[in-house]
Amino acid sequence: MAEGNRDFLVLTEVSKSFGGVKALDRLSFTVRQNDVLGIIGLNGSGKTTLVNVITGFIKPDSGTVRFQEKEITRLPAHRISQLGIARTFQTVRPFHRLPAFKNLIIPLCSPRIKKLTGSGKWGDRDAVALDLLEEVGFERDSAIPFKPTASLPHGYLRRLELARCLALKPDLIITDELFSGLSNSEVTSLIPLLEKLQQSGITLIMVEHRLRELFKLASRIIVLDRGRKVAEGEPQKIVADAGVKEIYLGAEF
Amino acid sequence: MVLPLLIYGLINGSILALTALGFSLTYGISRVANFAYGALYVLAGFSAWFFLNRLKLSLFLSLLLSILLIGLIGAALYRIALIRVRGMPTSEIIVTFALGTAALEALRFFGFLGSHYTLPAFYSGALPVFGVPVDYQRLFIVILGAVLFLALWIFTHHTKTGLAMRAIAQDEQAAMMAGIDSDFMATLSVGLGAGLAALAAGILLPLSYIATESGSNILVYAIAVCIVGGLESTTGVLVASLLIGYAQMLSVIYLGPHYQMIVALLAILVTLILRPSGIFGKHKELEERV
Amino acid sequence: MARRKERIDRPVKVLSDDIYALASIRNMLYLAAPRVLPSLLLLLLPLLAPSAYFQRVITLAALYALLALSWDFLERSIGAVSLGQSLFFGVGGYLAGVFNVTLGLSPFWALLLSTGVGAVICTVLLFPCLPLRGIYFAMTTLVYPLLLSRIIEATGLLGGTDGLVGIAPFANAWVEQYLVLGVLLGASFSLSRLLSTDFGVTLSAIGDDDQTVRACGINITLYKISAVAIASAVGAFAGAYFSFLYMFVGLSAFSLELSILPIACAVVGGMRTLIGPVIGAFILVPLAEGARDLGTLRIVFYSLLLAGLILFKPEGLLNYLRRKYQQVERWVEV
Repeated sequence: MAEGNRDFLVLTEVSKSFGGVKALDRLSFTVRQNDVLGIIGLNGSGKTTLVNVITGFIKPDSGTVRFQEKEITRLPAHRISQLGIARTFQTVRPFHRLPAFKNLIIPLCSPRIKKLTGSGKWGDRDAVALDLLEEVGFERDSAIPFKPTASLPHGYLRRLELARCLALKPDLIITDELFSGLSNSEVTSLIPLLEKLQQSGITLIMVEHRLRELFKLASRIIVLDRGRKVAEGEPQKIVADAGVKEIYLGAEF
Repeated sequence: MVLPLLIYGLINGSILALTALGFSLTYGISRVANFAYGALYVLAGFSAWFFLNRLKLSLFLSLLLSILLIGLIGAALYRIALIRVRGMPTSEIIVTFALGTAALEALRFFGFLGSHYTLPAFYSGALPVFGVPVDYQRLFIVILGAVLFLALWIFTHHTKTGLAMRAIAQDEQAAMMAGIDSDFMATLSVGLGAGLAALAAGILLPLSYIATESGSNILVYAIAVCIVGGLESTTGVLVASLLIGYAQMLSVIYLGPHYQMIVALLAILVTLILRPSGIFGKHKELEERV
Repeated sequence: MARRKERIDRPVKVLSDDIYALASIRNMLYLAAPRVLPSLLLLLLPLLAPSAYFQRVITLAALYALLALSWDFLERSIGAVSLGQSLFFGVGGYLAGVFNVTLGLSPFWALLLSTGVGAVICTVLLFPCLPLRGIYFAMTTLVYPLLLSRIIEATGLLGGTDGLVGIAPFANAWVEQYLVLGVLLGASFSLSRLLSTDFGVTLSAIGDDDQTVRACGINITLYKISAVAIASAVGAFAGAYFSFLYMFVGLSAFSLELSILPIACAVVGGMRTLIGPVIGAFILVPLAEGARDLGTLRIVFYSLLLAGLILFKPEGLLNYLRRKYQQVERWVEV
């Protein structure tokens, strides 16, 4: 595998406060292209705020975010999506009013896709949507993609989220607690999919609580505590780190 | 000229604060925006009038009964109606708005209009304050406003029920896990809010007369104070009342009586556009706007 | 032996799905009937009406239907609940007065311009409020009509409390009755069509969850502006039409009733269906007009109806009818 761009995503001294609470405190790190970076930390350590800042849903008070040499700190969220960063949400938020596969029509209508593939006819998008669903593990030729989204079980909804990201043909996918609410077997079945995504050239940043599975996928881990980076390195090193153990006292590995 | 303006502005601010307090409390605790608030206020006025003039009860007893009655109606409003649409904010708004409108229009239909219906002041006469004559009712308003704020502050910060209410306001699910019954708290909050509206009616209505038309005005003023000050902050209500109170008074003096409402409406708009969470509001960015 | 109620699609519905509709006349009739028959009935109404009074009621119902359609479109597309439909109505109404009386334009041109300019003005007014979430946006819609009417009252502009008089009527009674019905049918069908295009699907998605749509690389502001522009155009048209109908426009164009009744129509007829509110309007408005002698009691009536329906039977008439038309209920043994 060729060495990717070292500075694919660069955060420099990013800070964000809400009222008196510091959610992010001068946070800096870099992500190499085609890496899988895991971000862990307790509740309230700033993980979701970090995702929101990178993807433009929240603007930081100070600091910069650079993606592929371009500064994206102040760009609006939809522009950042169009540049190739896709994200999932912590609480699954599909479009309830639509059938499952129609969820993917929206990203397929975005300017990024129009630019990358040339605007297709209306009918083509339905077929592309169904193909995407198959790619993330929906059974082909079943009625499931046509069911109303609200009736799908949780595991399918998470896969739908991933499909929504993939529809944008992203270079970077940020997942926010993708494994939460899933059974062990459901999580295990997602891992090959995520490995396949990484092998196809996509960079992954995974914010997670389920450490065992994350450590199988990630090549690097960053530990956040109260908005600050307290440890960084390979999974084995993080597991052995005394400081991290202290934060997670009581957590089972 | 400055001193009378300062004093009248303070009075006007206190009037607004008393008007808005109930609405703020209800929303602050259970996130219920009670759009029937104005109707409850007017109903309180008429019920007090009824107890006073038809049942010939004493003023104190009439007011007390009207507060209890309206408080109960508020609690019933939640228990019977709002509980069914809990968690769907737009349905909550439509239901309370519709019920409030129905009540006000019913009053209008049955002839409760015009300036015939009044409540008497507690004590007639006036007192010079720094050389400016202020009647006892208005004085009482300012004092009562301050006392109520203090009492509410102590209640929400230092009593078990009050703290429970704040817990619900901050994180409903965590509070429920700690054993606090969210529906009971919501019923309590709507009832209390309604009771406070009735209290405000009893004190403020002697200043003019009980008018069905003012039902929607009351709602707008309450919303204005709460939005400008921040929907979850008692300090915000205080500051916003004074700000809007002074602004209203100045515009009425220099521009005309219609501007009292216009100022309130503009305050709502400007705040929602520039800073939706208000001056002291604590909503996180993502919750209030995209 | 326990029983439960089961609902399954009617055979004819399944048979007429998609292209199979062409398989038989019966299938085609099954699909066409609910769309064609009510439209025909609507167009026949003015002819069936026994007197000019009833014809006026039909026209009024159509105007309220437009307001209700506009309300439902806004709710169905971007999920915005408007408590102030009277904003669109009043802006359109006053513009019609200005264009016709002050600028001397004919009713036709004044109507056209009022719709367009009204949409622009309302969109500009609501634009800063678009990023706001549910309850906050609802409050701004409540505030705007009140604000505009108070300003007119305070400054005496645009006729002040007296309003604008001397607005021209329509050329003839046929135009008066059929123009609005034609526009109503056109708007209903085209908005329904719009919501099934990719653009419309994206609009619905915004109503569902606008954050996710942002994450899909779509600039939601443009979509929201479009939705408001469309809804306000429909509402402004209704307001302008009203001015020509009564040859007068005044502060009542911003009244609360104009904001509540469309919501009641939508809830009665079935929210989020676009056609439901239209049906609701043709049920409620004649009832309300019939009860006009009772004065403001009619507002009490449909406010209570609105509250009751939302609390106990939010489904709405159209959804109920649709369910009956498309599905069969039966008891099965468990």
